[in-house]
Amino acid sequence: MNRRPTFLISVLCFGFAFFYIPILSMIVYSFNASRLATVWGGFSTKWYKSLLSNQQVWDALILSLKIALVSATVATILGTMAGITLARFTKFKGRTLFSGLVTAPLIMPEVITGISMLIFFILMANWVGWPAQRGFATITLAHITFSMVFVTTIVNARMVQTDRAIEEAAMDLGSRPWQVLFDITLPVISPAIASGWLLAFTISLDDVVITNFTTGPGSTTLPLLIWSKVKLGVTPDINALATLMVLTVGAGVIVAGIILSRAEKRRLADERMAFRKND
Amino acid sequence: MSDPSRLSRWFNSKGWVAILIGVPYVWLIALFLLPFFIVVAMSVATNTPTAPPFSFGGEYPLINFESFGRVLTDTLYLRAFLTSIFNALVAAVLCLLIGYPMALGLTRVSRSWRNILLMLVILPFWTSFLLRVYAWMGLMGKNSWFNGFLTDAWNFLVPIDWAVKSVPMMNTNFAVVLVMVYTYLPFMILPLFASLERLDPTLDEAAMDLGSRPSQVFRDVTLPQSIPGIIAGGMLVFIPAAGELVIPTLVGNASQPMIGKIIQDEFGQARDWPMAAAVAVALLLLMVVPTMIYSHYQAKAEGTK
Repeated sequence: MNRRPTFLISVLCFGFAFFYIPILSMIVYSFNASRLATVWGGFSTKWYKSLLSNQQVWDALILSLKIALVSATVATILGTMAGITLARFTKFKGRTLFSGLVTAPLIMPEVITGISMLIFFILMANWVGWPAQRGFATITLAHITFSMVFVTTIVNARMVQTDRAIEEAAMDLGSRPWQVLFDITLPVISPAIASGWLLAFTISLDDVVITNFTTGPGSTTLPLLIWSKVKLGVTPDINALATLMVLTVGAGVIVAGIILSRAEKRRLADERMAFRKND
Repeated sequence: MSDPSRLSRWFNSKGWVAILIGVPYVWLIALFLLPFFIVVAMSVATNTPTAPPFSFGGEYPLINFESFGRVLTDTLYLRAFLTSIFNALVAAVLCLLIGYPMALGLTRVSRSWRNILLMLVILPFWTSFLLRVYAWMGLMGKNSWFNGFLTDAWNFLVPIDWAVKSVPMMNTNFAVVLVMVYTYLPFMILPLFASLERLDPTLDEAAMDLGSRPSQVFRDVTLPQSIPGIIAGGMLVFIPAAGELVIPTLVGNASQPMIGKIIQDEFGQARDWPMAAAVAVALLLLMVVPTMIYSHYQAKAEGTK
């Protein structure tokens, strides 16, 4: 037992170095004065300045945030409904197909999801005349579809862990099914719903492949803008943009993590208090 | 107020159950299953110079297996499939070799450290996938400090005749596998950690008390119990890696395309929708096998719990 932890700890150190050195290197080089992105030419913040005055980047960011906000919200509603359904209704017609439908998008390669969506939208436009032009609406529909199943997975996992007895007790005390849903089930699983929304939001904000297939002229999201530039090589302004994105998301995830774990702790403490009162 | 009570009566009938089940169900059928069936149907259509570029029936055969025939005979597709499987398999094995000791290490550190380190494993997963690939483009390029460091190390270690100016990393299969390992490693660590964390430490102690050496304890006690985690992690790496499009496009060798790129090119540049659909269906069939193995082990793991 003595020798093994030394080996394991050194692999852990190596692993975390592997995780973070590329990102740190990218952050350092975003302050590079040289136009050659990989050769150090002194400290400068000029790439940040040119980035912040680039209207194209702002437009792309705003479009991305709009799509992510709408798609994450709809995906959370649909995904939560599906998660509750799967956990609470063990027998209904077509349950097998339904559980297949909420797992298949998770393992479907993005290229195939993207192409099938694009073909679907093109044929729809030919047959019923909608969508006449691809853009915000088609991207949002595609994002909702593939991010709702992530919400379903999280909500379903949470529902399976929660105690059904509370819901049954509420029913026995005369609550209507929909009262049970809104007064008991949803508050209990609210941390899972919140993390599901966050996940759906970041998935949407980050997606390149499916967006690339479902977008149309004039609708360039931030990842698509980065994708078109990155294909041509490493540039210092993308380093700066990447640094801002990584730091924002990193700070956001850490803050969200702290808030969620505090809420969880408070919930556990409340439960303990409630049990103690019963004794 | 009669309206709310009527509403609540309606909610208490089967209505709300129907909404709860029906809305996500209809959504997924309309926007996932239907497009998917269109792709499957497309794979047996005929490529025509019309817009959209396909046709069933009429002067063309209703079901045309020509595209599937080309998938099986044209070496372009076979080579792309082999490259995809090879890259994804090597990436999965490397992820296992790095991820297993990391996951095991995570179970051995103190509780407060474990939470911080787990956060650090998950954090890259939340940051942009595209930017994580991009970060490696900066490292692997010819003039980068990392490439310079590797070049110096290589030149120091090998005879002078083998000396190189820079290590050729960008636009190789090696780069694709490296970046795949980098981006998918959390998918390997997390399920492995979940299955290793559940193990009973007293089993290790019992084996030690009975005279096993640490390596024997690992081989006879820890490893066999973590097989479900290994399978889960392996599938979570292999499946997305095999269909990967972003990584090979950015750091891969254009003359050795992976299958995702082929699908995109057949659809976009070649405008051969039936061919793209046939390759896509073939890729899905390829993935059905590992997915079945995965769900088999998953069911087994849940059964033993």
